[in-house]
Amino acid sequence: MTLTDVRRAAGRIRWYVRELTGESAYDRYVAHARSRDPGAPVMTRRQFERSRTDAREADPREGFRCC
Amino acid sequence: MPEPQSTTPAQRQRALSPKSIAIWGAVALVGAIAWAVLALSRGEEVSAAWMLAAALGSYAIAYRFYSRFIAHRVLKVDKNRATPAERLDNGVDFHPTDRRVLFGHHFAAIAGAGPLVGPVLAAQMGYLPGTIWIIVGVILAGAVQDMVTLFFSTRRDGRSLGQMARDEIGPFGGAAALVAVFAIMIILLAVLALVIVNALAHSPWGVFSIGMTIPIALFMGVYLRVLRPGRVSEVSVIGVALLLLAIVSGGWVAESSWADTFTLEPGTLVVWMIVYGFLASVLPVWLLLAPRDYLSTFMKVGTIGLLALGVFIALPTMKMPAVTDFATSGTGPVFAGSMFPFVFITIACGALSGFHSLVSSGTTPKMVQKETQIRMIGYGAMLTESFVAVMAMITACIIDPGLYFAINSPVGVVGDSVQAASEAVTNLGFSISPEALAQAAKDVEEQSLLSRTGGAPTFALGMSEIFSAVVGGTAMKAFWYHFAIMFEALFILTTVDAGTRVGRFMLQDMLGNVYKPFRQVSWKPGVWFASAVVVGGWGYFLWVGVHDPLGGINQLFPLFGIANQLLAAVALAVCTTLLVKSGRLKWAWVTAVPLAWDVAVTLTASWQKIFSDDVKVGFFAQRDKYQAGIDAGEVLPPAKNMDQMHTVVTNSTVDGVLCALFAVLIVVVLADAGRVCLKAIRDPESVKLHEAPYVESRLVAPASIIATKEEKAELVAAGVGPEGGNRKETAPAGTGTPE
Repeated sequence: MTLTDVRRAAGRIRWYVRELTGESAYDRYVAHARSRDPGAPVMTRRQFERSRTDAREADPREGFRCC
Repeated sequence: MPEPQSTTPAQRQRALSPKSIAIWGAVALVGAIAWAVLALSRGEEVSAAWMLAAALGSYAIAYRFYSRFIAHRVLKVDKNRATPAERLDNGVDFHPTDRRVLFGHHFAAIAGAGPLVGPVLAAQMGYLPGTIWIIVGVILAGAVQDMVTLFFSTRRDGRSLGQMARDEIGPFGGAAALVAVFAIMIILLAVLALVIVNALAHSPWGVFSIGMTIPIALFMGVYLRVLRPGRVSEVSVIGVALLLLAIVSGGWVAESSWADTFTLEPGTLVVWMIVYGFLASVLPVWLLLAPRDYLSTFMKVGTIGLLALGVFIALPTMKMPAVTDFATSGTGPVFAGSMFPFVFITIACGALSGFHSLVSSGTTPKMVQKETQIRMIGYGAMLTESFVAVMAMITACIIDPGLYFAINSPVGVVGDSVQAASEAVTNLGFSISPEALAQAAKDVEEQSLLSRTGGAPTFALGMSEIFSAVVGGTAMKAFWYHFAIMFEALFILTTVDAGTRVGRFMLQDMLGNVYKPFRQVSWKPGVWFASAVVVGGWGYFLWVGVHDPLGGINQLFPLFGIANQLLAAVALAVCTTLLVKSGRLKWAWVTAVPLAWDVAVTLTASWQKIFSDDVKVGFFAQRDKYQAGIDAGEVLPPAKNMDQMHTVVTNSTVDGVLCALFAVLIVVVLADAGRVCLKAIRDPESVKLHEAPYVESRLVAPASIIATKEEKAELVAAGVGPEGGNRKETAPAGTGTPE
């Protein structure tokens, strides 16, 4: 196993964890907003994370987990 | 309504190659041998390896053949049809998510304490009945329900089960489904909270470490809100480290002068639980719920992985017999009633759990990238949960059966000293010496393990047995025991919080029909009132469960099981109706057969709980017996005084009425669904489906974890990387793929 392999594996694990925890949600949001209009106004990360928890506040059924 | 048309890979590649025939033949053979060993061994101890082989062999075959059949022949998943995630992509809640990520999400959402509790309780009938139901049930019922619900919800832009019931069956069935969900939520929360109270009572170690999770979560909440928004991974790592510290320091506290402060009676814990439940559900999401969710997901996935590893390395032997006498006599101390129907309602999560239909028709369908991936996510994740249930069964069966019964029988049976417990266990047909009972408690640094009902302590004991065999030996037993307790308590508390919020939301929605402001989540009095009602609801059953002389778990768990299986009946009825309405009558048996089984089980159990003359089983028979005692001025055991006699009478009446209500709800939903199906068969032209219109998909992505040769060729032709994405001739967009 070469160093490149290790780095690639580490990169994939990091990608998976970030996706799974929702840490990459902001990047995705920005990418999505900018995909049509590169100059589109976007929320800051702070605003975005707040709006996400506010949405959950408004409808707690989102993201509900089972017993 | 014409049958949906699509070309499927199943039609193209029907014949199996000689190589795959050989491989699958070998898998089938190993599975069959393992089943034979499990079923035929009598009087000797069987290695858990056989259980693992039987489970994994059966899952592999079911996934390869049955789920494929459902996906391609029954549902006719269409890789050319755009999913709501693709059509409605807003980068936030609707977005095409990588299949492996979504599998993780979905699994974390469906797996919780449920599959760890039910199998432990069902182990009183031996390992075989429960294991058969977990494996056969998941293959033919549970995973099918999850997958088909996910499919139909995806076709409807991620509509919830309740909405689908209202749209496709009618307002009557829809309303019944709504009431069912609410009632189930209350019972579910009460039973889960009871599991925790029973595990934490008189345990300063446990109480301290669980208590510490609150400040840890608050810290994480502030960190994510103020210090470094959105940095979930780093805060979770800090959180888990603090959590491990909390477990270790629990041991120090238990030996210090603070021990008495943290030694709580069950009644006191109930009060704390209720206060916590109320506060947690009115506090902002970011402060407590969101960080707790991260913490419990990390712990859940990590611990389940560790447990699987431990089981495979240690390969313990099972001391519990394959089938105990309680399977037929129905006189088991953990829960009353015989194998049919009670094993099938005791084990819900892991085999067939109605609650999953809420997840399969909520968040997940909005994130599915391709319809072809529904098989891996819906069916695959449920098979994984079933495997968790099998591991829970193993943990319960590797501890000494005498100890198992001493832990899991109500106080009324085991008494309150090791001598009395040892005698009681002998009367049940097993044996354990008082010294062995005392030693078992000492090993895990608990005052006593007697009558620690609810499954969590048994599971923790089994897990500490497995882990300490791998790492640390006997010296680590206490740590692993409290680690397991903490792990279960953590996500039960998260469920209590989240469930109370969902219940409150539903209640606010219903009350909004009467008085408008209730619907606004920002109207504080409405929030507080609805929260108080929900917390009061589960708090009542929790209080009752702790003080019931007949044993709370013994009384309430069947009710919880019936409720959960009722929800499964609603989900399967919706699925069957949709199969019939969408022109798939020929394949309706795929969900109709599990539905028929589930209804038979649930209604038989309800019938026995309501009408049985056996005072151990029938709620009203219990009521009559204790009422007669009160009238005659006698105190009947296990009640110790007149107050307890009255408690029994009230509880039995409430439980019996609730049971009857559940049975009526099932019948209503079924009758309404039956009416709609008949109408659809008689007059196919009249059918109105609420499916979202067909839009051609531009996304290309593999269906399963590993891309097939054909899929790879397709990806290359479309000009996208191995993770899939939009076809190159169109504008590229973020699809959640790695850079």
